[in-house]
Amino acid sequence: MAKTFDLKDDSVVVIIGSGAGGGTLGNELAQKGIDVVILEAGGRHEYEDFINDEWDSFGQLAWKDMRTTSGSWRVHKDFPNLPAWIVKAVGGSTTHWAGASLRFQEHEFKTLTHYGKIDGANLLDWPITLQEMEPYYTKAEAKMGVTSTNGWPRLPGNNNFKVMKAGADKLGYKECHTGNMAINSVERDDRMSCQQTGFCFQGCKWGAKWSTLYTEIPKGEETGHMEVRPNAMVIKINHDDSGKVTGVVYADKDGKMQEQKARIVAVAGNSIESPRLLLNSESSKFPDGLANSSGQVGRNYMRHTTGSVYAIFDKPVHMYRGTTMAGIIRDEARHDTSRGFAGGYELETLSLGLPFMAAFLDPGAWGRSFTTALDHYDHMAGLWIVGEDMAREDNRITLNKDVKDEHGMPVANVNFDDHPNDEAMRNHAYKQSAALYDAVGATRVFPTPPYPSTHNLGTNRMSEKPEDGVVNRHGQTHDIKNLFVSDGSQFTSGAAENPTLTIVSLAIRQADYIADQMKSKSI
Amino acid sequence: MVTIYDGKPGLSRRELLRRGGAGALLIISGSAVISPEHAWGLEASALRPETVKTLIQVARDIYPHDQVADKYYAIAVKSHDEAAAKDPAHKDLIENGIADLDAKAGPGGYSGLGWEDQRVALLKQIEDTPFFQAVRGGLVVGLYNQKELWPVFGYEGESYSKGGYIQRGFDDIEWL
Repeated sequence: MAKTFDLKDDSVVVIIGSGAGGGTLGNELAQKGIDVVILEAGGRHEYEDFINDEWDSFGQLAWKDMRTTSGSWRVHKDFPNLPAWIVKAVGGSTTHWAGASLRFQEHEFKTLTHYGKIDGANLLDWPITLQEMEPYYTKAEAKMGVTSTNGWPRLPGNNNFKVMKAGADKLGYKECHTGNMAINSVERDDRMSCQQTGFCFQGCKWGAKWSTLYTEIPKGEETGHMEVRPNAMVIKINHDDSGKVTGVVYADKDGKMQEQKARIVAVAGNSIESPRLLLNSESSKFPDGLANSSGQVGRNYMRHTTGSVYAIFDKPVHMYRGTTMAGIIRDEARHDTSRGFAGGYELETLSLGLPFMAAFLDPGAWGRSFTTALDHYDHMAGLWIVGEDMAREDNRITLNKDVKDEHGMPVANVNFDDHPNDEAMRNHAYKQSAALYDAVGATRVFPTPPYPSTHNLGTNRMSEKPEDGVVNRHGQTHDIKNLFVSDGSQFTSGAAENPTLTIVSLAIRQADYIADQMKSKSI
Repeated sequence: MVTIYDGKPGLSRRELLRRGGAGALLIISGSAVISPEHAWGLEASALRPETVKTLIQVARDIYPHDQVADKYYAIAVKSHDEAAAKDPAHKDLIENGIADLDAKAGPGGYSGLGWEDQRVALLKQIEDTPFFQAVRGGLVVGLYNQKELWPVFGYEGESYSKGGYIQRGFDDIEWL
C-alpha cells in the first residue's frame, strides 16, 4: 500500500509532475529510501482505461487548460490556444509518447563548439558530455526496455515501415530500421509485448510501451517512500527569508488551496508549465520569479524542427495498423553544413487516424485538393521529421497577465519564430522525404506543417555559468540550492533525437546527486 | 432540438413531385429537411429549414466526398442548429452567412448554382469570414469523427478489442 505524507512534513522531496522526469526521479529517490511526494495536476487513468479513439482520448488525457501563443509559427495561426499536444494525467506525456529512445550524439551536447555562433540563435554547450551521460543512458535503456539494447530484439516492421524502408533503400540510406523503442518486443517487466494495435499516442492499452504510470510510479509506491497525489495543480513555490524553498501551494481535487511543505522541490511540469510556475512564484525577494537571476527562465524554448510528409500510392498501405512510430532513418541526423544548415534530423514513421488526419494534414485547408487526399486515406504512408531547432532568446514562455486560469494565475504564452536554420532543415527534410516516397511510386505527396508541439524543451536551460542559464549540470537551480528542474526544460540544446530517453537518463543521474547532497546535509 | 431520424421513405412519388420535383435531392417539409430517397430527415429547431438545406450543400462544397451521402453532412452541421437555439448571435451568424451567399449567387440562390466550381468561387470570397470559419471548423470534427463514415475511407478505428493487428495484417503489404 502506498504511503501518504502529512502536508506539514518538511522532510519530503516534493516533485511537481509525474512524467518522464518527475515519475522517474520519484521512483529513483524512493528506491534509495528517500521520502517523496509527487504532485500531479491531472487525474490517474490506468492503462485499461485508455481509449482507442483519437478525440475521446484527447479529451481524457490532453493538457487542455488555456494557453496563448504568438509569433510567426504556423501553430499560432492554426491552433492559437493549443501550442502543445501534451498530457495532464499521472504518467504525464509518457502515456502519449511514441516510444522512440535515441541517445544524443556527442556534438549535440556541444553545439556552440561545433556549430559556432549562429546569428539569431542563443547556442550554448551543455555543462555535461555524452561520455558522462553514457552510464545513465545505459541504465535508462534497461529500465525502459529499449529494443536493440540488452539483447531485446527490434520490433517487427509494419506496412508504414515497409514503405519507408523500400524508399530508404532506393535513396541509398544506410541506417533504416524499426528503431530503438521503449516498447516491449518480448514480455518483460511483468508487461506484455507489442500487439501492433496502433493508438500509441492514445496510451498503450496493453502496457507494452514504457510509461511512468505503470512502471516507475507503482514501483516507487511499493517502497513505502512515495506518494502520488493526482489532481493537484501546483500554483506557487514558497521560500523563506534566506531564499530556500520551503513548500508548494497547490489546488487540490476540490479546488481548495493546500500547502505541502518540502525539504527539496523538483519541478517537472514540462517546458511550458515549469517556467510558468517559476515565474508565477515571484515574490518581493525574487521579483522576476524563482531561480531567474539570469533572466533565462522561459527563454530558449525549443520544439524540434518538425513537419510530416504523407504520400498516397496507387495501392493500399493501411499505415495506421501497428506501432505508430514503426521505423526510423538516421542518415540525416549528422551535423553536415554542406546541406545548408547546422545540426541534423531524424525521419520516423508516423500515422494519424482519419479524425486527426482531417485536423492536421493541412489545417484550415478545404476543397477537393484536401478531400481527395483523405479519400485515399488507406493508401497513405507517412513520416515525421524530428530535427534540431535553434535556441532563441525570444522564443519563450511568458506570463500572459491578461488571461488567468481558474485559480487566478496568469496563463503561459508561447512565443515562437522559426530560425532560418530551422526552415532550411525542414525544407531539406521535405525534399528528401518526397524523393523517398516518389522512389516507391507515390502518386501524390503532402508536406504537412508542424503539429502542436510534443517536444517542448529548453526553457530552464542547463549552463556552466549562472549568468547563462537556470540550472547547473545536475538540474539544480543556480540560485536556490534546494530547488531542482527535472524535465526537458533543462535541455541546453534540443538535438535531433526524441527527448524522453535523455530526460529519463538525467532524472536517474539527478537522483544520485540529490541523494548524495541529502546525505552530506548540503541540502 | 434537432433530430436526425431514419425512417421509411415518408413521401410518395406524387408528393415528392408536388413539393419540388423529383430532381431535388433534399426537400423541405415543415421545419425539416428530408431526403426521401435515403429515408432520413433533419428537423431544424432554430434555423430556417431552407437555411439548413443550403448549409448542407455548403458543407459538402467545403469538404466534398462524392462517396459520402448527404446524411453525414446533415449530421455534421446540426450542431449549428443546436447552437443557434441557445445563442441568438450564432443564429444570426449562420442565417446571415447563408443569406449573404444566396444574395451573392443571384436569382436561384446558392443552391441554384449548378456547378460546384461556381459555388466554390463564392465560398472563396468569404473564406476569411467568421461564418465560413465556424462552418469549416465545425466540420473537421463533425464530419470526420463520425464512426459510421470511417469504413468509407478505409479507416478501421478501434483495434484493441480485436487484439490489435498482430494477427490481422499489420505487415500485409504485398506490392512493394
